[in-house]
Amino acid sequence: MMSTRALHSLGSPMRKTLYSPSLARNQSLIRIRTTLAKRTVQTESLPASASVDILNKQRLLRPSSPHFTIYQPQLTWLASIANRATGGALSALLYGFSLAYLVAPGTFDSVHVVEFVAGLPDAAKYAGKALLAAPFAFHGLNGIRHLSWDMGKFMSLKGVYQTGYAVLAGTAVSTAVLVFL
Amino acid sequence: MSLLSRRLPRLARQFSSSAARCLATPVADKPVLNKEFKIYRWNPDEPATKPTLQSYTIDLNQTGPMILDALIKIKNEVDPTLTFRRSCREGICGSCAMNIDGQNTLACLCRIDRNEAKDTKIYPLPHMYVVKDLVPDLTLFYKQYKSIKPYLQNPNPPADGTEFLQSPEDRKKLDGMYECILCACCSTSCPSYWWNQDEYLGPATLMQAYRWIADSRDTHTAERKEVLQNEMSLYRCHTIFNCSRTCPKGLNPALAIARIKMELAAD
Repeated sequence: MMSTRALHSLGSPMRKTLYSPSLARNQSLIRIRTTLAKRTVQTESLPASASVDILNKQRLLRPSSPHFTIYQPQLTWLASIANRATGGALSALLYGFSLAYLVAPGTFDSVHVVEFVAGLPDAAKYAGKALLAAPFAFHGLNGIRHLSWDMGKFMSLKGVYQTGYAVLAGTAVSTAVLVFL
Repeated sequence: MSLLSRRLPRLARQFSSSAARCLATPVADKPVLNKEFKIYRWNPDEPATKPTLQSYTIDLNQTGPMILDALIKIKNEVDPTLTFRRSCREGICGSCAMNIDGQNTLACLCRIDRNEAKDTKIYPLPHMYVVKDLVPDLTLFYKQYKSIKPYLQNPNPPADGTEFLQSPEDRKKLDGMYECILCACCSTSCPSYWWNQDEYLGPATLMQAYRWIADSRDTHTAERKEVLQNEMSLYRCHTIFNCSRTCPKGLNPALAIARIKMELAAD
């Protein structure tokens, strides 16, 4: 409301000058007058306190920007995810097997497990061993990497990448050794 | 007046963008090198419309070398509604932080990959609320920074009224931390910060926390450490190192956080 009133009060002396015949010959003024006459946008004045409401309304609708789906795959965070995944999987296996043994000790004791594995074809044996050995080797070696970080060693970007590749190489070698043991 | 008007055409020629024509030796026009940029778009005036990637193709030989040059060219010549923050264009203000080809960096310090076969994707900083297009809402980030009291706390100024003195060795401890421009590249690259930013302070803020813990002139070291002594504020750092990997200023927030952990462990 206030702004429209302000426009009116400004408008009357302005219009007087713009429409006076002596000045009307001036081309630039005519142009200004026509644009002023065409002006249709109405502004609405709000109290300053309303801005918080508007902002909060906008905030509710804001999307969250994409994250791990668009982030470049890097050794840093992929190794971290792998550390978690292998740790989780190995723990699940340990607790799962222990609980199974607790529930059915007759089925899950060493003798039955050995018998079961001995009956498997060679391919399944090696695949199964690799599937167990790789996470174990990675998680163990990466654990040493984490412990050295906790002692303040290899805390540079170069150190992170060197130890990272060392852990990957160590995992490959250890897995191979464990599989063909 | 007449002198000026006679000179004006010549001046206009000097300022024109097609200066090559006016050179004594003609310069062959560079070949067209079209490159596609895919840029994240979201408009708060149409909140129901999902964010999209909009494609823009521009001639790299008519563009400056940096991603920010490309963004400004697109905004000036192709689509004035494209929204992004920028200010200094030389990596000291931190305004143009965004995710370019999967990495958080400053658009003004990031060279355009001149391989025209590959498009360049530009997103806002990851896992932040989007105000518009490439502009993330940094309110929480600044609040977290404020929460660590990023200023000198020392109730006993020197008696002679001069400045606090510091040995060169003590001053050296601040190197690699005071240079932080708070662009938020590191914090928004941190998976821990993605999942726990309501409670975890994030690498940028933690490095500044250590910047004041390490400062020999500050007397509130114990209080500063006490604030971090809980499960979330500091210890959500799992030494992932995305922060140091992405920092456009080449700083090492992970090292600063590790030092806080070691000092807290020694307490």
